[in-house]
Amino acid sequence: MAILDVSDLKQYFYLEPTFLAKLVGGKKPRIIKAVDGMSFSLEAGEILGLAGESGCGKSTCCLAIAKLREPTGGTIRYKENDIAEMSKEELRKYRREVQLIFQDPYESLNPRYTVFDLVAEPLRALTDKNKAEVRERTLETIAMAGLEPDEYKNRYPHQMSGGERQRVGIAQALVLEPNLVIADEPLSMLDVSIRAGILDLIRDLSERMNFSCIYVSHDLSILSNISERLMIMYLGRIMELGITKEVITEPLHPYAQALIAAVPIPDPAYTRPIPKIKGEVAQPIDPPPGCRFQTRCLQVMDICRGTEPPLKEVKPGHAVACHLY
Amino acid sequence: MILEIENLKTHYQTEQGVVKANDGITLAVGENEVVGLAGESGCGKSTLIRTIIRLVPKSAHVTADKMNFKGQDILAMPEKDFREKILWQGIGLVPQSAMNALNPVYRVGDQCIEAIQAHTDFSKAECEQIVKRLFDAVGLQAGMMKAYPHEFSGGMRQRSMIAMSLVLNPDLVIMDEPTTGLDVLVQERILRNIKEIRKMSESSVSILLITHDISVIAEMSDRIGIMYAGRLMEFAESMELFNEPYHPYTLGLKNAFPSIQALDRELISIPGSPPSLLGDLPGCLFAFRCPFVIPECEQERPPDLEIKPGHFVHCIRTDHVEEFRKLAGDKKTWQSSTSAT
Repeated sequence: MAILDVSDLKQYFYLEPTFLAKLVGGKKPRIIKAVDGMSFSLEAGEILGLAGESGCGKSTCCLAIAKLREPTGGTIRYKENDIAEMSKEELRKYRREVQLIFQDPYESLNPRYTVFDLVAEPLRALTDKNKAEVRERTLETIAMAGLEPDEYKNRYPHQMSGGERQRVGIAQALVLEPNLVIADEPLSMLDVSIRAGILDLIRDLSERMNFSCIYVSHDLSILSNISERLMIMYLGRIMELGITKEVITEPLHPYAQALIAAVPIPDPAYTRPIPKIKGEVAQPIDPPPGCRFQTRCLQVMDICRGTEPPLKEVKPGHAVACHLY
Repeated sequence: MILEIENLKTHYQTEQGVVKANDGITLAVGENEVVGLAGESGCGKSTLIRTIIRLVPKSAHVTADKMNFKGQDILAMPEKDFREKILWQGIGLVPQSAMNALNPVYRVGDQCIEAIQAHTDFSKAECEQIVKRLFDAVGLQAGMMKAYPHEFSGGMRQRSMIAMSLVLNPDLVIMDEPTTGLDVLVQERILRNIKEIRKMSESSVSILLITHDISVIAEMSDRIGIMYAGRLMEFAESMELFNEPYHPYTLGLKNAFPSIQALDRELISIPGSPPSLLGDLPGCLFAFRCPFVIPECEQERPPDLEIKPGHFVHCIRTDHVEEFRKLAGDKKTWQSSTSAT
């Protein structure tokens, strides 16, 4: 059973022209289609990777799922309930079960809280556990995140390294035993030598606590390591979705092919192919009809300029939005 | 040799004591060569650059047995001479987050021209020609010279900074994290531009490339240095460094770095974090995180041993390297060494 079912999710932002431009030029508001018709589902216990260049709508999609922003259109169903129609009580439960891990462990922790308070806060806010239970659960979670509770519980964020802080961020997300964790670039601020440890931690805990995870990153080498399925986005739409290994080794969409070809390999003997792509990333403002990728695609056909290709399954479990298939 | 540095030390005097940001760095950049320096945050990469181009604060205490640029001692050189003769004409710089290094109220082309005019007597038309040629080399249209920085995307700004660093045809360009924070496709384009520039330039250009991204280093460099805690742990030709690493830190980094070419390989992190550079630590600075540490490691600073011609290792246990290489691939080796991060 899918734990999360997103269907035709849309998130638009409106750029209002200035008063004068409206008066003189009769300009209409322009629309930024940050997320424009995304449909996917997430199985229980699965880690889904979400990749794409900056500005493609990865984070916007996450915010909508976490219900931190009202989507313009589409539905998000969590365990078959539409999150837009949840009652206050249901929503409280939803907030408990869906947690975020943030990008920047230097900014996302309250500098005035100790590690214990940081991790205990969600319990105090969203559960009715008593003091002893909160204490027990908090210390347990700190230990689970790989920090020695006695050593770390009284520390403040500034007394810890980036990797330790990110572990606190993970403990905060997991202390409520969530069913769905959204991790938005949790490694991008960390050094290489400690990244692997955090990746292991997320993977181990996802197995142990059986939560599902949407792992957002622009770094395909990290996603190829942690995610079971991989979703590649371009300007607000899903271009390709499939088993990670299959997407990485045999990408179908011309965009996915270019993106994967551009990833540098830590091996001096390797000569990288030149990615087959042209131009610069476009803005998602008033996109042209047809395929989003048409302006950069080297295999563009007439149909691409008029008809938006739907995301369709071309191999079992491997879907692509391209007229070539 | 274009740049020769021997036993460079940059120490900062702070209220808590002396911070040894660079502590005995020895490296050389040859003609038409790309030398890559990799290391984690706080390892002294940026201090090294600032020391070379004299951007360290006055309070910094810089000493070196040798610091030569094309045979000239640039450490002893008077400030004025260095600025007029070496900077831009001899050494170009692509600063970190070059995206924000452009002046927002000047046209990008004019900023490049200004740099040329400050150092030469070329006419405006001649300057424009130079900038146009370089814009072309980095894949920017000549018309973009008239644009303001805000009209550029991040990648275009970065490319214009690379063009700017080359306007006076320097022998060495220092690039500090030139692609950090850019998307992979943009990064790929910039790396390709750098390679093309090296092919096209009439006189050779050497590059000192500094980044934390080992994949980028591997792709670009002829020789690679691995920095840690203000010291150079290992320095060798790229192929040799990747195929026959000696230092445990290099072995660890190799395990920790993901690759889409090796999907099934397990990543192994190095427990712990780099030491504080404050004060006097006698032994090897990696000893606290090293799984192969012996008591001697913590007693005396390891020498920079030349294992093979041109391959330097900052470790006293190089005779056990076969064993290290075998054990380094096993996750348990690293877990047992110290407490978790």
